[in-house]
Amino acid sequence: MKRLINSTPSRGGRWLLGLLPFVLLGMLYLSLSNARLAENPNDPLLPTPAKMAQSFHHLATAENARTGEILLWSDTLASLERIVIGVGISALIGLIVGILNGGLPLVRAKLSPLVTVASLIPPMALLPILFIAFGTGEAAKIALIVIGVTPFLIRDLQGHALRLPDEQLIKAQTLGASSWQVLLRVLLPQLTPRLLNATRLAMGTAWLFLIAAEAIAAQEGLGYRIFLVRRYLSMDVILPYVAWITLLAFLLDQLLAWVSRLAFPWYHASEGDNA
Amino acid sequence: MSLLAAKRLEKHYGNHVVLENLNFSVESGEFVTLVGASGCGKTTFLKMLLGTEATSRGRLTLDDHPIPNEPGPDRGVVFQKYSVFPHLTVLGNVMMADELRSSKLLGKSFGAARRRGIEKARERIEEVGLDQALDKYPHELSGGMQQRLAIAQALMMRPRILLLDEPFGALDPGIRQDMHVLINRLWQEQQLTIFMITHDLKEAFELGTRLWVFDKTRHDPQAPEAYGATITYDLPISRDRPSEALKETLQQGGLQTHTQETLL
Ligand SMILES: Nc1ncnc2c1ncn2[C@@H]1O[C@H](COP(=O)(O)OP(=O)(O)OP(=O)(O)O)[C@@H](O)[C@H]1O
Ligand SMILES: [Mg+2]
Repeated sequence: MKRLINSTPSRGGRWLLGLLPFVLLGMLYLSLSNARLAENPNDPLLPTPAKMAQSFHHLATAENARTGEILLWSDTLASLERIVIGVGISALIGLIVGILNGGLPLVRAKLSPLVTVASLIPPMALLPILFIAFGTGEAAKIALIVIGVTPFLIRDLQGHALRLPDEQLIKAQTLGASSWQVLLRVLLPQLTPRLLNATRLAMGTAWLFLIAAEAIAAQEGLGYRIFLVRRYLSMDVILPYVAWITLLAFLLDQLLAWVSRLAFPWYHASEGDNA
Repeated sequence: MSLLAAKRLEKHYGNHVVLENLNFSVESGEFVTLVGASGCGKTTFLKMLLGTEATSRGRLTLDDHPIPNEPGPDRGVVFQKYSVFPHLTVLGNVMMADELRSSKLLGKSFGAARRRGIEKARERIEEVGLDQALDKYPHELSGGMQQRLAIAQALMMRPRILLLDEPFGALDPGIRQDMHVLINRLWQEQQLTIFMITHDLKEAFELGTRLWVFDKTRHDPQAPEAYGATITYDLPISRDRPSEALKETLQQGGLQTHTQETLL
């Protein structure tokens, strides 16, 4: 008998084991939903899958009479645009400041305390300020994501930069590299895959801030929609929307993972991860 | 005027005296091999020559000037580990020196300059026997192959001084022999001055023109960190004198030190 830590499931078994919790949860929902609907067929809290599919289909196909837009797609587009721009700006700032902080002690001495303090400010507490400063348009929502995500990325990258073996920086210098060339040819390429990894971890936070900002002030967006229909207890819209957001988050995550594996094979092999 | 010279050189880490009372002068073109027990400060000494560890006391001069306190292209190095860039292929690693020189802004060469660089790098890669692995990343190479890559990379620079920290430790005897031939040839061709740390006394005799034995001359059992190691033996090696005879000389010196017990 193998030790438990050495027992790995077979390929097919892995799928089955992974699927099992989903099936169990689904069955639990169905039984609860059935029980409620048996008591009151118009109960809105735990709608049947058929009802949800119908509502979702309606949202995904029906054009708005006034604007000609299809709600699901305009919501999705608006939200994706905000999160991609927000996270993109954060990643760029994180990479630049992280590399400078990690690579140049003089910069680190100046910026590091600021970053540490900034990362402790609860971004949601800044939201009113952002609304006052940027109005309730796109800028405020994107700014919230940037403020919420950037300090984490900077600190993560700075840590990785400091953990690169000194030998490599010394080696580059003995090969004639200037400070700029060390940053560009040693730190930048080695930190970029780590940035992608950190960005994947930060996506959850980014979604949190996106939906919070949309819930408070927006005219469209996935977060806006679920908070809007909450007033009518429309669980048949909210639940599919949550599932849809989860799917989008999953796809974005996989996209980042895929890009990282494709562009930085050496990183994934040496980290021993295949996530 | 000697290339490198030290006078009463010391290195401490806090209260821990690692090296003390180092006095030497090394001429251009010498091949110094360093042996000594593990942890006695050989790597530390190399780092002082590199300029990454400051001297604690005494003088260490290069061309009669205090040694620069940062690494530079005049002093190449092959470390015990982490000596190659994990994000570059074999070719990329070896081309690095050339690319850094040809493009100050991007550190990357293109077009004709790049083709010339590839040509030069390939020759060197062939010499260390890695031509089958041009496009492999370091993690796909064995420890010995990584070490050979590091040597090829360091030698693209044509440094004046080459510092080698147990460069052949992970190699099998056959390849080790090839590497000895290669190092020997490059040392003569490029008129390098080489410092090489090794745990293999036979290798030290075979390659070097001068052997240094690092060891402690004083020892306080109550405070093992109070005294540091120094160069207890500074022996010229000539090619026509067999290493066996030298070992005898060493033993006749009568210093029954830890180093000799472990090495001989
Ligand atoms: N950064 C440091 N801070 C404190 N002590 C250090 C530091 N680096 C090295 N030492 C100490 O200096 C001593 C010499 O270390 P060094 O790495 O030079 O040994 P070495 O002769 O190269 O050994 P080996 O043959 O095992 O590589 C060791 O006792 C080590 O604990
Ligand atoms: Mg060492």
